[in-house]
Amino acid sequence: MCLGIPGQIVEIVEGVDAAGKLAIVDVGGVRREVNIAFIVDKEHTVADCVGDWVLVHVGFAMVRIDEGEAAATLALLREMGEYQTEIDSMQTSAAGNPA
Amino acid sequence: MKYVDEFRDPGKALALSREIHALTATIARAKRQPLQIMEVCGGHTHSIFRYGVTQFLPDEIEFVHGPGCPVCVLPMGRVDDCVALAERPEVIFTTFGDAMRVPGSKKSLLKAKADGADVRMVYSPLDALALARQNPEREVIFFGLGFETTMPSTAMTVLQADAQNVSNFSLFCNHITIIPTIKAILDEPDLRLDGFLGPGHVSMVIGSAAYDFIARDYGKPITIAGFEPLDVLQSVWMVVKQIAEGRAQVENQYARVVPRDGNKVALAAVAEVFELREFFEWRGLGSIAHSGVRVRERYAAFDAERKFALPNLRIADPQSCQCGEVLKGQLKPQQCKIFGTACTPQTPLGALMVSTEGACAAFYNYGRIDTSGLSASKATKEDQHGR
Repeated sequence: MCLGIPGQIVEIVEGVDAAGKLAIVDVGGVRREVNIAFIVDKEHTVADCVGDWVLVHVGFAMVRIDEGEAAATLALLREMGEYQTEIDSMQTSAAGNPA
Repeated sequence: MKYVDEFRDPGKALALSREIHALTATIARAKRQPLQIMEVCGGHTHSIFRYGVTQFLPDEIEFVHGPGCPVCVLPMGRVDDCVALAERPEVIFTTFGDAMRVPGSKKSLLKAKADGADVRMVYSPLDALALARQNPEREVIFFGLGFETTMPSTAMTVLQADAQNVSNFSLFCNHITIIPTIKAILDEPDLRLDGFLGPGHVSMVIGSAAYDFIARDYGKPITIAGFEPLDVLQSVWMVVKQIAEGRAQVENQYARVVPRDGNKVALAAVAEVFELREFFEWRGLGSIAHSGVRVRERYAAFDAERKFALPNLRIADPQSCQCGEVLKGQLKPQQCKIFGTACTPQTPLGALMVSTEGACAAFYNYGRIDTSGLSASKATKEDQHGR
């Protein structure tokens, strides 16, 4: 829950209302909808986010990170046994992937 | 050293270890009693045990495992409230997986589910909101817990529920806030801490500036740390260097993720939806002033506490449990009377055994090769016994 997991934004979800800034994020091959409202502003718009590596916490992208940091964090999560827990939790979430 | 090859840069780890030993040797008070450094965050606790970070440290440095594991500090009465909500026939109760096994006074959410309550694990509060949209005839409650790392996500979900008029969604808010909690620790009369490792992801939201008071008003050094074992080791070095040089500052080892002012959008969402509670009850620590938040009046329609009657009882922790002493750093996990016997990760009695971020579970899983304060030479001896 607190360590989060890195993922890469692969596309923006179109046609949602302004409050729901949503993107599809690839986390270790698992794709799910992630809210990107916390990482966009006037300088870095929703459209600019495609390709960004981000740290995802409970379905929200919280910060942009570089690719090297993402790889190191993924390795750390694997070693700490948190990686699979996080992926399982994403895949088995009761609402499924709302995407 | 057992885990030295697992560090991504063993040479750097050993170099840091040598520098920490050398610096510690210059600190006179460390000879009388060990320096105590509190890692506030449960993620750091997990990393410290997993990688055996203490084997790189001299005897004169001890970690005190702080209260930064939200699941671990959840009091029994709060779990009972969750169970009571979950057992209402109209309710779908949604929660993060980590909270399922925390014992209440009668049962855990896992047991409530086995007994027929509709309890569902979700990955995100957004999934709970989606469930509410999919089940308009049911009441969907999301169990919100965590420090500032998860608080903005819950706030944003409430804002979306409001914007989309999802009237059958509500939040059972148990979010806690880090700064008053650290203040409470600093105000303990028998405080012995010499410095802090600041949490990584809480700080990504609130920013490093939020800790200025620790250095300014309490004269204690703090270094915000990343989660890699090398990050932790380097942060310890930074804290020890501050102590050796007589400085007390906020330093940021995790600047690649933590900005000085935090995440403004996230903080704005939090401020819009939540306000401080007068006090909040913690497992093992008792009541801490202003340490929790509740939903503002304006979003009352999405507040499970206002929407449903809650038992809201204060239930004492089990007599045999010593989670409180462990949380305050007065006992090491293995010194608890029931550690590893009545209380194990499979059948936890105390909350510190439930989450992998809890000091007891971390120590149970990895601790046999890593006793806090062990010197490198002793650690090598211990290694021969294996696990």
